[in-house]
Amino acid sequence: MNLAQIIQELHLTVLTEPQDFAAVEPSSGYTSDLLSCVMSGAAKHSVWVTLQAHSNIVAVAALLELTAIIITEGAMPDPATIAKANQEGITLLATTDPSFHVIGRLWDLGLRAG
Amino acid sequence: MEETSPHKGRLINDEVAETITRAEELAYELKISEVMTSNMHKISPDQTMQDVVDLFRQARISGAPVVLNNQLVGIISMEDLIRCLVTSDLAANISKYMTPSPLTVKAGDPVIEALKVFVNSQVGRLPVLDENEHLVGILTKGDITRGLLRALQHDYQAEEVRRYRASHLFEDIISDRTSLILRYTIRHRDFNHGGEASGNIKRALLRLGASPQIARRCGIAIYEAEMNLIIHTTNGGVLRVEIEPHRISIDAYDDGPGIKDIELAMKPGYSTASEEIRELGFGAGMGLVNIARCVDSMVLESSLDKGTRLRMKLFLDKAETVGEGYASKQGDAA
Repeated sequence: MNLAQIIQELHLTVLTEPQDFAAVEPSSGYTSDLLSCVMSGAAKHSVWVTLQAHSNIVAVAALLELTAIIITEGAMPDPATIAKANQEGITLLATTDPSFHVIGRLWDLGLRAG
Repeated sequence: MEETSPHKGRLINDEVAETITRAEELAYELKISEVMTSNMHKISPDQTMQDVVDLFRQARISGAPVVLNNQLVGIISMEDLIRCLVTSDLAANISKYMTPSPLTVKAGDPVIEALKVFVNSQVGRLPVLDENEHLVGILTKGDITRGLLRALQHDYQAEEVRRYRASHLFEDIISDRTSLILRYTIRHRDFNHGGEASGNIKRALLRLGASPQIARRCGIAIYEAEMNLIIHTTNGGVLRVEIEPHRISIDAYDDGPGIKDIELAMKPGYSTASEEIRELGFGAGMGLVNIARCVDSMVLESSLDKGTRLRMKLFLDKAETVGEGYASKQGDAA
């Protein structure tokens, strides 16, 4: 399943510059709001679900080469964070849904843990 | 992400160009003079429309600037020619059918200026003038596409060359023991730049030819050390990375306040971070645990008065050595 389907099915808002999301296939999913847990648990090219929205999530995602971050519960990163994500090639997606809901939908779509 | 090029095999039109960051940047960096066609076919206003037919057919073009005494007076396009053909008026002068005083762009302007004109008008080509208002070229959307692709290709090659040069660093410099030392000053509480040093080090390692796995392990370990300096120190600290073909040594040190109980600090889940820091997602008590998982050896020394020093090492086996030349040389010797 590709990122375009995920964005459409979960009604996610794309915060970063649009890409050809249909060509991006995430490897797996991971969720945590603790950055060190993400550091140790998220697989390369995975999608990370978190309610953290500050600029360090981009640094973490860039180091781990994650595909996208889904920011939940209506949390909103500031423009500098979005700019940094564009620079690093990390897609930022936002939703007002809680993390549990997002993860459930991702699982339904066939995305699994790494 | 790097491997998947979303724009592969697609023509870059104006709309797509707007979604590509680097292409967009290039549209600001590249000058119109760098992408325009400068040896174009010109035609004079007192020539006939039959001459236009001959020129278009011969040169396989669909438009040309009309020039009199070195001054641009108009532009003649396929559409003008069709209007002329409808009335079977091929003997008429070009001046009768050309578009007089057409839109123009300046050679020294960035390509983005021309893109704006293309987007806001219906024209297919733009005459390019120099600062003396003399015609120096003609620009089509195709010229812009080709120019951007050329520049992107150049960017790509430049990165390849950087990688190649860096990966041969250890081969090119002869000494008994060559190493490359990178130093980064990390400021206390500088969350905005958190992860920058680790990102830069990871990039440097990849350029030096380190395997993606080694670069990732180093990146994670250094990120955690970097965040520790940002969160837990009095005055920030220093990251020092020494890269040798067979070993990467990372030191993170600071001048206080020091760790009270190192054994406790190493315990998974233990953290002294404040509630405010934890709300940002730090202070999971997993930083040092992550580091231990990523490096081959780790020594943590701390004194409550003097500060903390964390020394980490990664040993690279033969297949993973940094610097291609070194690896092959060792292979030959074995």
